[in-house]
Amino acid sequence: MLDSLQSLGRKALNFFQRLGRGHILLLQILAGSHTLLPRFGLVITQVFSVGVLSLLIILVSGLFVGMVLGLQGYNTLVDFGAEESLGVVVSLSLVRELGPVVSALLFAGRAGSALTAEIGLMKATEQLSAMEMMAVDPVRRVLAPRFWAGVISMPLLAAIFSAVGVIGGYFVGVGLLGVDEGAYWSQMQAKVDLHEDIYNGVIKSIVFGVVVTWIAIFEGNDAVPTSEGVSRATTRTVVHSSLAVLGLDFILTALMFGD
Amino acid sequence: MTDNNSPVDAPLVKIRNLSFSRGSHRIFDGIDLDIQRGKVTAIMGPSGTGKTTLLRLIGGQLRPDVGTVEVDGQSVPQLGHNKLYQLRKRMGMLFQNGALLTDINVFENVAFPLREHTRLSDRLIRTLVLMKLEAVGLRGARDLMPSELSGGMARRVALARAVVMDPMIMMYDEPFTGQDPISMGVLVRLIRSLNDALGLSSIIVSHDIQETAAIADYIYLLSGGKVVAEGTTDDLYKSESAWAQQFLQGEPDGPVPFHYPARDFTEDMLDLPAGEAN
Repeated sequence: MLDSLQSLGRKALNFFQRLGRGHILLLQILAGSHTLLPRFGLVITQVFSVGVLSLLIILVSGLFVGMVLGLQGYNTLVDFGAEESLGVVVSLSLVRELGPVVSALLFAGRAGSALTAEIGLMKATEQLSAMEMMAVDPVRRVLAPRFWAGVISMPLLAAIFSAVGVIGGYFVGVGLLGVDEGAYWSQMQAKVDLHEDIYNGVIKSIVFGVVVTWIAIFEGNDAVPTSEGVSRATTRTVVHSSLAVLGLDFILTALMFGD
Repeated sequence: MTDNNSPVDAPLVKIRNLSFSRGSHRIFDGIDLDIQRGKVTAIMGPSGTGKTTLLRLIGGQLRPDVGTVEVDGQSVPQLGHNKLYQLRKRMGMLFQNGALLTDINVFENVAFPLREHTRLSDRLIRTLVLMKLEAVGLRGARDLMPSELSGGMARRVALARAVVMDPMIMMYDEPFTGQDPISMGVLVRLIRSLNDALGLSSIIVSHDIQETAAIADYIYLLSGGKVVAEGTTDDLYKSESAWAQQFLQGEPDGPVPFHYPARDFTEDMLDLPAGEAN
């Protein structure tokens, strides 16, 4: 009984210590970010590695998700004779929910895990320590560019995901199932609101970008510097950031769309 | 390169009453230690005595629990972020595994501190980098990636990188571990000649007795969190300290026990409760 209480206490203490370290790291990254302005090339390089290299998985997934939405949406709408609203169903589902959420989950799996593994291995091989001893602050030189690259890339990837998804829905709905092309696009144009839908979707993806990249960088920086430690940290990144994305999605949706 | 507050004959590194623990394990227990300017000072002792930790304390990567660490007249644990980083620009450290940045080639690794801290032209950077690579005999390896280097070569590249900013002090963390005899000989000569040619002060942390003793001007022997012996190589070989003799002669048993603390061997083999073996 006492042992389990002790273990619970230790776990709680450990959780709050990690939470504290995570927030301190985020503050350090934000405080050191001004040094990136004259060296924005560092961020661009990372945008390539976390953003551009994630494009393929985002494009392919977006296309299939849009196609499935087109098919499922059509099957439901056709019963009510409302298949011409397919464009609205596909675009709203993507822009409000699936675009930001699914792309963030894919981003966590593809870029988040890579960030954690890279930073964790740099720590394990003393590269971060060596930078410190060369008077180069690893938070500013290594972590901050990766953080901002994630924050910049995430909304762009979500937008690409949604755009490709709309095209996927078009292929299936208009191309295969015979929905009127004019109705598909015009209803979408009429019903999707810039502020209500698009902006809120963008805000969601920015929040997800911050959270996923923050978790990935923290886990890498906080990893036990062994191969097992890095492996555990990588797993934690994917699990924690996926759960954070889904939990935050509910909170943000309730705040944005709950009347 | 000395600080205005610090006289030229004062030690470059002055450690007083230093204590440091990791969790419940006490690594240093009130040690005093001086690193003189222009000399090669060796910190020796068996594995696990905290030799690397000592370098991290001098470099400000760790803070002592008690005591002071002064480098060139500045108290390292009390320095703020900016002043600490200014001081580190004048320190070089050779890590045990080289710690080269794996995503850039040999040339860019050596150029890294110059690109970060100076606004020198590419042409001048090229000249400086090639000079340092020439000094370690790896000018021809400039385009190789760290993964293409042997352990000895990686350490020499790391050495070139560590001295590229012309530091006032060089710290070597186990420079001879895992080196073949040729690389070992090269490194031993390099460390001594760099120290003398560039007017550095060097700290070598090592447990390789022959190599370190050959180039060290002064040696500290650490064990159990304390300095157990100190002096020149000759002093230590003549020392009557049982600890110094065990370490220098490489004897398996002595003040440093061969066996990790354990219960009685017979009891353990027969799996008897304590005291029943007799």
